[in-house]
Amino acid sequence: MKHHHSTALRAGAIAGASLIALAGCSAGTQDPDAAAEAGGTLTVWAWEPTLEAVVEAYEAENEGVDIELVNAGTGNDQYTALQNAIQAGSGVPDIAQIEYFAVPQFAIADSLADISELGAADLDGTFAPGPWSAVSQGDAIVGMPMDSGPMAMFYNAEVFERLGVAVPETWEDYLQAARDLRAADPSVSITNDTGDAGLATSLMWQSGAEPFTVDGTTVGIDLEGDAARYAEIWQPMLDEDLFAPVSSWSDEWFAGMNDGTIASITTGAWMPANLESGAPDAAGDWRVAPMPQWEDGGAASAENGGSSLAVTAASEQAALAYDFLEYATTGDGVQLRLDAGAFPATTADLESQEFLDVEFEYFGGQQANQVFAESSANVVDGWSYLPYQVYANSIFNDTVGQAYVGDTTIVDGLAAWQEQIDAYGQEQGFTIE
Amino acid sequence: MSAPVIVPGVTGRRPSSLRPTSERAHRRRARAVGGPRKRRSVLLTIAMAVVVIYTLLPLVWLLINATKTQADLFSTFGLWFGGEFALFDNIGRVLAYGDGIFGRWLLNTLLYVVLGAGGATLLATLGGYAIAKFRFRGRTAAIAVVLGAVAIPGTALAVPTFLMFARIGITDTPLAVILPSLISPFGLYLMWVFASESIPDELIEAARVDGASELRIFRSVCLPLLGPGIVTVLLFTTVATWNNYFLPLIMLRNPDWYPLTIGLNAWNNQATTAGGDAIFDLVITGSLLAIIPLIALFLLLQRFWQSGLAAGSVKE
Amino acid sequence: MTSTTRIRRAGAPRVAGLGFLAPFAIVFALVFLAPIAYALFLSLFADRLVGGVQFVGLDNFARILGDARFWSGVGNVVLFLLVQVPIMLFLSLLVALAIDSGRLHGAAFVRLSVFLPYAVPAVVATLMWGFMYGDRFGLVRSFNEILGTSIASPLAPDTVLAAIGNIVTWQFVGYNMLIFFAALRTVPTSLYEAAEIDGAGELRVITAIKLPAIRGALVIATIFSIIGSFQLFNEPSILRNLAPNAITSYFTPNIWAYELSFSGQQQGLAAAVAILMGILTAVIAYLVQLRGMRKEQR
Repeated sequence: MKHHHSTALRAGAIAGASLIALAGCSAGTQDPDAAAEAGGTLTVWAWEPTLEAVVEAYEAENEGVDIELVNAGTGNDQYTALQNAIQAGSGVPDIAQIEYFAVPQFAIADSLADISELGAADLDGTFAPGPWSAVSQGDAIVGMPMDSGPMAMFYNAEVFERLGVAVPETWEDYLQAARDLRAADPSVSITNDTGDAGLATSLMWQSGAEPFTVDGTTVGIDLEGDAARYAEIWQPMLDEDLFAPVSSWSDEWFAGMNDGTIASITTGAWMPANLESGAPDAAGDWRVAPMPQWEDGGAASAENGGSSLAVTAASEQAALAYDFLEYATTGDGVQLRLDAGAFPATTADLESQEFLDVEFEYFGGQQANQVFAESSANVVDGWSYLPYQVYANSIFNDTVGQAYVGDTTIVDGLAAWQEQIDAYGQEQGFTIE
Repeated sequence: MSAPVIVPGVTGRRPSSLRPTSERAHRRRARAVGGPRKRRSVLLTIAMAVVVIYTLLPLVWLLINATKTQADLFSTFGLWFGGEFALFDNIGRVLAYGDGIFGRWLLNTLLYVVLGAGGATLLATLGGYAIAKFRFRGRTAAIAVVLGAVAIPGTALAVPTFLMFARIGITDTPLAVILPSLISPFGLYLMWVFASESIPDELIEAARVDGASELRIFRSVCLPLLGPGIVTVLLFTTVATWNNYFLPLIMLRNPDWYPLTIGLNAWNNQATTAGGDAIFDLVITGSLLAIIPLIALFLLLQRFWQSGLAAGSVKE
Repeated sequence: MTSTTRIRRAGAPRVAGLGFLAPFAIVFALVFLAPIAYALFLSLFADRLVGGVQFVGLDNFARILGDARFWSGVGNVVLFLLVQVPIMLFLSLLVALAIDSGRLHGAAFVRLSVFLPYAVPAVVATLMWGFMYGDRFGLVRSFNEILGTSIASPLAPDTVLAAIGNIVTWQFVGYNMLIFFAALRTVPTSLYEAAEIDGAGELRVITAIKLPAIRGALVIATIFSIIGSFQLFNEPSILRNLAPNAITSYFTPNIWAYELSFSGQQQGLAAAVAILMGILTAVIAYLVQLRGMRKEQR
């Protein structure tokens, strides 16, 4: 309600992108501390529930600052809203939560402010490498990592034990375990999958593939080489109907994890809170193990999910916004969020003994953070997402997803996906290699 | 009046002797329907029972599952009660969740219905009356344009509408939801038909001869006759606004302005995020609470909208 | 031509008529005509992530018409129209005739029960049916367990359109029934009395009196159903979370327009889809109306 009074100004700011946004700070200051001192009003769009406590604490510390935290939708819903607002040139928030995979899309459109001059340039090393590289776009830093999702395998140990199946350490073991579980109990699936772009790209990432290379507006796409390696495991899984054909986040998914018919989930380290609330009956049965490996004895990992907080180019309060960002992602806000169950992106926390020693009741007292921290340290270097990953993901199920309903294979689906994202990229003016 | 528009049956007219007002028709037929000379058919009743089961089953499912805890929801048979009767607990939690935002959504929905549906009914009544009882240039064209515009998918007009509304600064405000709700092409059509059926021209003529102003003629002479039609349109526009989903989804960002439909969908999607709270039990109970007022309204106003529809829909 | 010709005191009433219509017309222009005009304008441009806005003429239309995804979506809604609409309208008519026949026990209860789903928002209806459709934990599994059957979840690609058709039918069967029923109630009793004297049977009364009497209602219900089918969006779009592969991003033209506009930021293409669908819908609705009128004049 508070953000539609200066249409013309904002439209101008958008046209001129980050430069104008920085130069045009209404408070006339580039110093975040001074900006916080001077006070002002910020609008933050985020769906992350743990931010509420952070906002309250920040407001208590900075009396002149009033922060309006708005849940403008989860994930794509919010991006739609944000893009609409940016296009309309009004109602753009000062700060928006943006998942790592979507950061390049907003960065390339000059919708995000470069915050390196405001202090972010000095933060190299503060955050885990995966998240940090995700918010670094060329020389610019366009966001602050809020949390991260180093991957691990969450599994229902009780089910594995009852059915006499060993917990897999490699992807080949995983395939065999999937067969064994099913043979031992036809109602059990090792995991669910109905085609999930986020999971597929994370699997590619872990395998060391670099299907997307980005250099300015030149984009390379190769989904037919190394990137297709995960199909070696996934295709037999599909052919033998080993996946539970249940979409993640559906009621059936939670029900399956709750009653043991979905025996494992390979996903980001933010998962525990979701298991606790969504699969309460299975408390104590689940454990966490490192992600299955492509090589015996390997330790490669990838990120899955996780978000940054970014200052929009349209914000007239970049310095103040940055001050809040700093508080929320590297300052006192971090601990508040960790206490509420978030998973950190800050190296100091990932390495702190207190963090590593936390015993998860849900995981039978396991110190699961040790697994996550190790995964975080082993995230494979060199990954990047497309500058239009949001669009690419939106057509993943049109192409690769068709392999899940028997109309094609994953490899062919990947080829079709490549073809369509090639075409879109060209249409949008990128140079495709 | 061979209107070249997408309206059926405006061409022929029954002789007026065969054109009883809806009320009279209602009463007359009431005697015939279910009169003593008709034998009730068991077979027909059974066939209809099947249809009734089909229409009620999902509602029964909703009712039953609103009584369950989330754990029972996942583990017990869908068409029977779970171990624990948690309906009142669930209702309490729906109303309390997120600082009682559900209540706020309910009030928003009421606001949108009162202003949106009420306004739509007013505009449709005035417009329908004008088309039925006045002759002016562009009258048929107006009808054609209104009914033709209905064919354009609203979904794809969302972006242009959004951009325009952003320009005049009303996105993310109740106005952005209410303004588009003010137009009900079906309502206009219904009022047009209803007005030409139920208001004799002689009445208007006579009032004019008496020197009454047009506004006064409308208010004191015609409006009372339009009663059942107005109630019918009001009900349909109420349903339309109550169920409105797409438009607020695009226009609103601040949950404080959400109507129930968007709020419930947001709750449903909330489970889909890191650290998000899976609250399917609240989604189900909230859904139940969201449809009860509408059903109650229908039951209360049954008598009116049925006669209104009767007159409105029958053109031959 | 009875009603309007007699009112001919030119001048004041004419102005008053415009005055009565004005509020509707103004708002209509603002929320319908202006966006349509804007969409027409947008459809002539392409907005690119790199390179910005460009005038492309009718290029967007050519590309949509040449895209298999458009025709796949159109195919889906046409199939939906040809199967779901007749089933729904037939069922509605059947119930309306049954209630009107006076041969039913508990007619008032039937009328209300069948109508109730109309009061359920599409979002709620779809969430509800989505929960029930589950063959792993939903109602479908429960039935399979009890009856020993192995019905697959209707959300598979081959059946998902039927699953959506079921939701739409469930929601609107009562609404259409009411329209038909209300129309049936206005048939003058004298006609039935005459039929009785002639010794006409129940079936004959239906075909000779009742159906012709409600032709107008039938045509209008058909037209609104056609428009509804062509604009199919809410149900499949909410079900996509549960059946992402069966419901593609171009499953219906409306979903595709939405995806083009919000996932792809291709406003020009989205506007072109909207305009093409608008034209298609208007043409088909018009043809149905012509046909309905021709029969009537026979």
